Amino acid sequence: MDLLRFITAGSVDDGKSTLIGRLLYDSKSILADQLEAIERASKSRDDGEIDLALLTDGLRSEREQGITIDVAYRYFQTPVRKFIIVDAPGHIQYTRNMVTGASNCQLAIVLVDARHGVAEQTRRHSLIASLLGIPHIVVAINKMDLVDYSQDVFSDICIHYAELAQKLNVKHVTYIPMSALNGDNVVDRSESMPWYEGQTLLEHLETVEIADDVNLTQGRFPVQYVIRPQTPELHDYRGYAGKITSGQFRKGDAITVFPSGETSTIDAIEIAETHLDEAATPMSVVLHLATDVDISRGDLIVRSDSQPLSSQTVEAMLCWMDSKEFKVGNKYVLQVGTFRTRCSVREIAYQVNVNTYEQIEGVEQLRLNDLAKVVLRTAQPISFDPYATNRASGGAILIDETSNVTVGALMLVGEA
Amino acid sequence: MKLDYLDQLESEAIHIMREVAGQFERPALLFSGGKDSITLVHLALKAFRPGKFPFPLVHIDTGHNFQEALDYRDAMAERIGEKLIVRYVEDTIREKKLKEPTGRNATRNGLQTFTLLDTIEEFEFDACIGGARRDEEKARAKERVFSVRDEFGSWDPKRQRPELWNLYNGRIHKGENVRVFPISNWTELDVWNYIRREKIQLPSIYFSHDRELLIRDGKLMATAGGVIKPEADDQLVTRRVRFRTVGDISCTAASESMADTLDAVIDEIQATRISERGETRMDDQLSEAAMEDRKKGGYF
Repeated sequence: MDLLRFITAGSVDDGKSTLIGRLLYDSKSILADQLEAIERASKSRDDGEIDLALLTDGLRSEREQGITIDVAYRYFQTPVRKFIIVDAPGHIQYTRNMVTGASNCQLAIVLVDARHGVAEQTRRHSLIASLLGIPHIVVAINKMDLVDYSQDVFSDICIHYAELAQKLNVKHVTYIPMSALNGDNVVDRSESMPWYEGQTLLEHLETVEIADDVNLTQGRFPVQYVIRPQTPELHDYRGYAGKITSGQFRKGDAITVFPSGETSTIDAIEIAETHLDEAATPMSVVLHLATDVDISRGDLIVRSDSQPLSSQTVEAMLCWMDSKEFKVGNKYVLQVGTFRTRCSVREIAYQVNVNTYEQIEGVEQLRLNDLAKVVLRTAQPISFDPYATNRASGGAILIDETSNVTVGALMLVGEA
Repeated sequence: MKLDYLDQLESEAIHIMREVAGQFERPALLFSGGKDSITLVHLALKAFRPGKFPFPLVHIDTGHNFQEALDYRDAMAERIGEKLIVRYVEDTIREKKLKEPTGRNATRNGLQTFTLLDTIEEFEFDACIGGARRDEEKARAKERVFSVRDEFGSWDPKRQRPELWNLYNGRIHKGENVRVFPISNWTELDVWNYIRREKIQLPSIYFSHDRELLIRDGKLMATAGGVIKPEADDQLVTRRVRFRTVGDISCTAASESMADTLDAVIDEIQATRISERGETRMDDQLSEAAMEDRKKGGYF
């Protein structure tokens, strides 16, 4: 059985929580005591109906305000697949939380209210999904019950969204008309929309092909830790512990170490003291090399037949996540893989209006939740791949040196 | 090559443990002898052998633990040859003159936090690895894998650091510490399936056995160790039970069960309609935000 991580972004008004509640409820993933707890909580509300949204809003302040503030994770499984739902807020002021949630997802559900069609937040959520390189988008055209289950409304929204998707470079888009409130096309097929012949949401989640999204061509292994027992029996044992973040490695493969550029070959691959002939992403393994090479945490071992970029001046898309402004000349710590180095801001090439996609030039500083194309100069060269081809080795974070907080998400584009 | 979901979860957890080893100077692994922390130790063996663990095992003993779990804890530390540090809530109560909760359903669960914070200070631990899972409870569903706590151990849900891809930021100021949850993304069922797959031994109380209990507020509470004092209206019974979670005797209820093998336990969990903490933990049922409030106070 495999694993699919997907994100739903939105607020209570969009029907996001109702949709998740429906998915869990109809797939029988809500347990009796959890249901009782929300029944109890629902009774204190005016309408007295079971509020499936209460299942997802975990913090006191979220329940008080009826909004989602931070990302929550939900788990369910069917006989076919195991799912991790990344339940993210949709308001513009929580863009950074959505970016956090989206970073590990393979699929995004973008909710569209059938009455309003493609709206500002549809555009914003789609932009974030595409920027974070999520390969599959499901456009959930919800509240079809409020437009008389009209096929024309559905088709118009599909055409409208397809225009937007073209600008965003999203690989796979699927459109599903539904009513989360009534359960149409979420888990069970809708009887009110016989004209729709596609899959229900759950059918789609269970069958969408995700194996092809894995990057198996660029062997990348950021070294996390060196295992050296230094006991009499294991005197010469020196294993490099890490996770294969993309590609695969075989015994005998020629490898290059970055940033040093030294080369060697793989002598052995171990997982829990068992030897393997080959290993692929996302396995955590221990590598042994044929020759003595100076390697420590922060180094990147790659297969020599696919070299990464290595540069001190890099271009990247940035989501700024701090309340202190991001300005030219500011210094941060940049982390890519297990490698950290200081960097300074060279340039803000342009800011992106998250609702209209318009590029704004001449911007002097970025504020919390802004997206922009930036140029950074690093103290030491960093080794990476363009995010568009490799999410694992093209994603980086910025850390504030004084507060130690993670303040920015970088999708590296290339050398500047 | 397609990895099974358990392989993916395992790899993710090993990666997180190695990040702790790589980023911190004085980490610790909190080990209670319960199934989740036993799983953590198994993952640590996979992450660091043939080397030694880069951290000791630490147990905060409330004095209200099941003897079976304590015996298991000591035997495990002995077998794998790793250092075990035990600190006692009893000592903290005496030294700090803490007032112990009294009354019918009194538990030391909350006092654990004092001993934990003292132990963190004593050894200057900068990271504590724990076996909490996001599926357990709705406040936990919101917590990061690397959860930064201030010097009082407090969790501030509104000021969580962004956590992107598999890049974990463990940079902290002196006095702060990080709670790290490598099995955040595992469910109860995942843990059991993994234990079965890896043939991990568990303390006997996870499997059905005959036991003396008393029925209180509809829950079956163990009389072992005299932790819970029977009162006049408590009914003493002997039942065939097992424990779905193993916490303090004072706040962990038993479930009637005939499941005496891993297969039978897993079948039972798959069929159940009640959540793990809902069935067994008295401490979460205090209020809608019981866990959130305890975490803000420094609880794991």
